[in-house]
Amino acid sequence: MSMHTSRYPGYDVLRKRDTPSWDEPTRKVIKERLATPSDPRFLDAVQWRALEALCACIVPQPIDRPRVPLAGMIDMRLHANAGDGFRYARLPPLREAWRIGLAALDEESKGRHELPFASIEPAAQNALLKHMQHGELASGAWQGMDPQLFFTHRVLPDICGAYYSHPLAWNDIGFGGPANPRGYVRMYYDRRDPWEAVEAKPGKERQALKENRRVR
Amino acid sequence: MSGDPQHEPRGKNGRAPDVLRVGGWMPMREYPQNEAVDFAIVGTGAGGGTLACRLAEKGFKVIAFDAGAWWRPLEEFASDESHQKKLFWTDERLCDGEDPIKLGNNNSGKAVGGSMVHFAMVSLRFRPEWFKSRSILGYGADWPIDWREMWRYYRIVENALKISGPVTYPWGPKRGRYPYRAHELNAAAMVLARGAEEMGIAWSPTPLSTLSAPRGLAHPCAYRGFCVSGCSTNAKQSTLNVWIPRAVKAGAEIRDLAMVGRVAVNEAGLCTGVDYFREGRWQFQRAKHVVVAGYAIETPRLLLLSANGRFPEGLANSSGLVGKNFMVQSNQAVWGLMDEEIRAYKGPPSLAITEHWNYADKGKDFFGGYAYMSQGPLPVVWTLTQTKRGLWGEALLKEMQHYNHQVGLKMVGETLPQERNCITLADEKDAYGLPIARVTHAYCDNDRRLIEHALDFMGKALDAGGAKDIWRETDDTCHLNGSARMGSDPRTSVVNADGRSWDIPNLWICDGSVFPTVGGVNPSLTIQAIACRTADRIGVLAARGEL
Ligand SMILES: Cc1cc2nc3c(=O)[nH]c(=O)nc-3n(C[C@H](O)[C@H](O)[C@H](O)COP(=O)(O)OP(=O)(O)OC[C@H]3O[C@@H](n4cnc5c(N)ncnc54)[C@H](O)[C@@H]3O)c2cc1C
Ligand code: SF4
Repeated sequence: MSMHTSRYPGYDVLRKRDTPSWDEPTRKVIKERLATPSDPRFLDAVQWRALEALCACIVPQPIDRPRVPLAGMIDMRLHANAGDGFRYARLPPLREAWRIGLAALDEESKGRHELPFASIEPAAQNALLKHMQHGELASGAWQGMDPQLFFTHRVLPDICGAYYSHPLAWNDIGFGGPANPRGYVRMYYDRRDPWEAVEAKPGKERQALKENRRVR
Repeated sequence: MSGDPQHEPRGKNGRAPDVLRVGGWMPMREYPQNEAVDFAIVGTGAGGGTLACRLAEKGFKVIAFDAGAWWRPLEEFASDESHQKKLFWTDERLCDGEDPIKLGNNNSGKAVGGSMVHFAMVSLRFRPEWFKSRSILGYGADWPIDWREMWRYYRIVENALKISGPVTYPWGPKRGRYPYRAHELNAAAMVLARGAEEMGIAWSPTPLSTLSAPRGLAHPCAYRGFCVSGCSTNAKQSTLNVWIPRAVKAGAEIRDLAMVGRVAVNEAGLCTGVDYFREGRWQFQRAKHVVVAGYAIETPRLLLLSANGRFPEGLANSSGLVGKNFMVQSNQAVWGLMDEEIRAYKGPPSLAITEHWNYADKGKDFFGGYAYMSQGPLPVVWTLTQTKRGLWGEALLKEMQHYNHQVGLKMVGETLPQERNCITLADEKDAYGLPIARVTHAYCDNDRRLIEHALDFMGKALDAGGAKDIWRETDDTCHLNGSARMGSDPRTSVVNADGRSWDIPNLWICDGSVFPTVGGVNPSLTIQAIACRTADRIGVLAARGEL
């Protein structure tokens, strides 16, 4: 879990929902995203547990705010079978890659610690993922899929891409969010429109918090 | 608004969506299937959409087909990176080779209007010498078209799209001022300018296809920054809201959600029409001429898919070059942090450019050139850039905290044509039962030297612009070109200067696939210029009885 204090304390992009920065199609799309179920439609209970644990390692979310339902977002995508429009010839299609990958993660974990991935210590989880990232896993459970490719071309982009499509993550990085029809006016260095997040400069956190509550 | 445009065609019953008016419609002419139209065009992007317009305006009977939906931007484009994936070609393709490319959101669209619906609006002319790069510069292949002729067509396209740009452009032969004034720079663009000035090279506001003043029903750009997710204000001037409405007014029919699976050819070796899938069934449209304009992957794919007893290696392929010499552009970048807040998400992503290394030939250990531009990645694209460096966990979150201070320079670099870079058919099938495309790509040594030069120079320029903690994004590509090149010799090219195939006189190609070389600029202005030229040439040939 992450202990960073936000650089944009008190900023909530959702406060702009009813302002001229959001149009109707955007409101609809974001509403659906916020309603992502936190139980699986596509994965079974075992795969789901592994995915939740994996997501928590890849994106250790701040503890002082609600969590982005990452596993649910990935599961919805698998349910819809929404591919990228291309894949590396050495990787199987989206659903198959995830099915094999999650099972193999559990197998690798059991081989080392006699427990599935979700049940081992965070340090051990991270160590295992580093092995995957550096191409140091090779058990038969991968069924010929390259674990390193799976990590770099499925795990990281799928999970991190889903995370930064969520308003809670936009708050953390001070992104302005949807911006139609109002757009932006102040384009110069160090200039912000009144409907953009205020960055907390050192020693000015309280002031930023106060101003961010008015941002809409 | 009506129905789901991804499931129910809109170009039907004598009308088409008027994308400039909420809920608007405009009358559209329709042609019967069993009567041969003059031209059946496959694809409505930069090439096909523009050609459909210009041919219809000359009085030809035209139907243009697109596999994608006919969107209404004002009502259906959300300000959201993920949702707008609906604009991309997401049918599967396989990527392999030593340097496999990434597609999807990166490279190709599937919609009426094609990839210009979500393009970044950068509208550049080729350097004149590139049209003769083999004979003048010593690499690649010559184009069969003279640069002066192309420059006339560039002007026509720039006027049609009301390109916003500077009064004087620093590079190349004198050109008139751009139709609309240049856009204001954002902070990310100012860093490029500062860096260029420190390095002693010229820079310019980027010529962009988005309005800097009102035009008809379209408002000027609101600097909302979602351009590569589609423009919901219609400020972006694209095939969808410029060429297609003009085409429809001039009597062209556009069939959306219509996937062409085969170009039919008769015993005499001439095209007779196209097989297309629409509303749940395969149908046939007769045509006197067929134009393939599906972009540099789908165009060769369709030509290969249309192989028959008479043309077993695919259509227009006597040279064996259909699918070969496929070229991307190198799209590497340098990124760094500024003390100032940059907030690069504001405004079109590439407001400033330098083409210095397109026009300077001294000090290079490679052939070709590159431009580089300022950048404005939104959060999803930005995190994907970070994960390519291998960042995840706490390290990723920490890096993402700097989002509003990051700044970058990204190249559009020339790659050389190589026969081994190619589009072929895979065994796997798509939802229509058609074999999917396999895209094989590797850089050559020259490409790598060019990229190294660019990364080195851009790194220095970013440093000179005031950034710190500079790092390199080493593996991105953009744009697709060249897989059915034009030329003046039937043995070494697929089509002639008019886009007409050497083998089948009533089969034409009009899109990014005809490029013999790619140059170091984004391609769509050139594609549209070629389409306007092709239309004029067809008019001339028709008048002479040579069609
Ligand atoms: C994110 C992004 C940013 C870009 N930014 C720029 C930029 O700033 N400047 C620039 O100059 N260029 C840019 N480009 C590139 C530019 O958009 C393309 O080069 C250009 O649109 C290609 O034109 P085209 O006519 O060849 O193909 P497209 O515009 O892609 O059109 C092809 C159309 O054909 C349809 N089609 C294909 N096969 C079939 C079939 N069998 N049946 C029916 N329909 C079919 C597709 O659905 C598609 O709509 C960008 C591209 C992307 C993806
Ligand atoms: S920044 Fe301008 S061109 Fe880009 S999407 Fe917004 S209004 Fe359209």
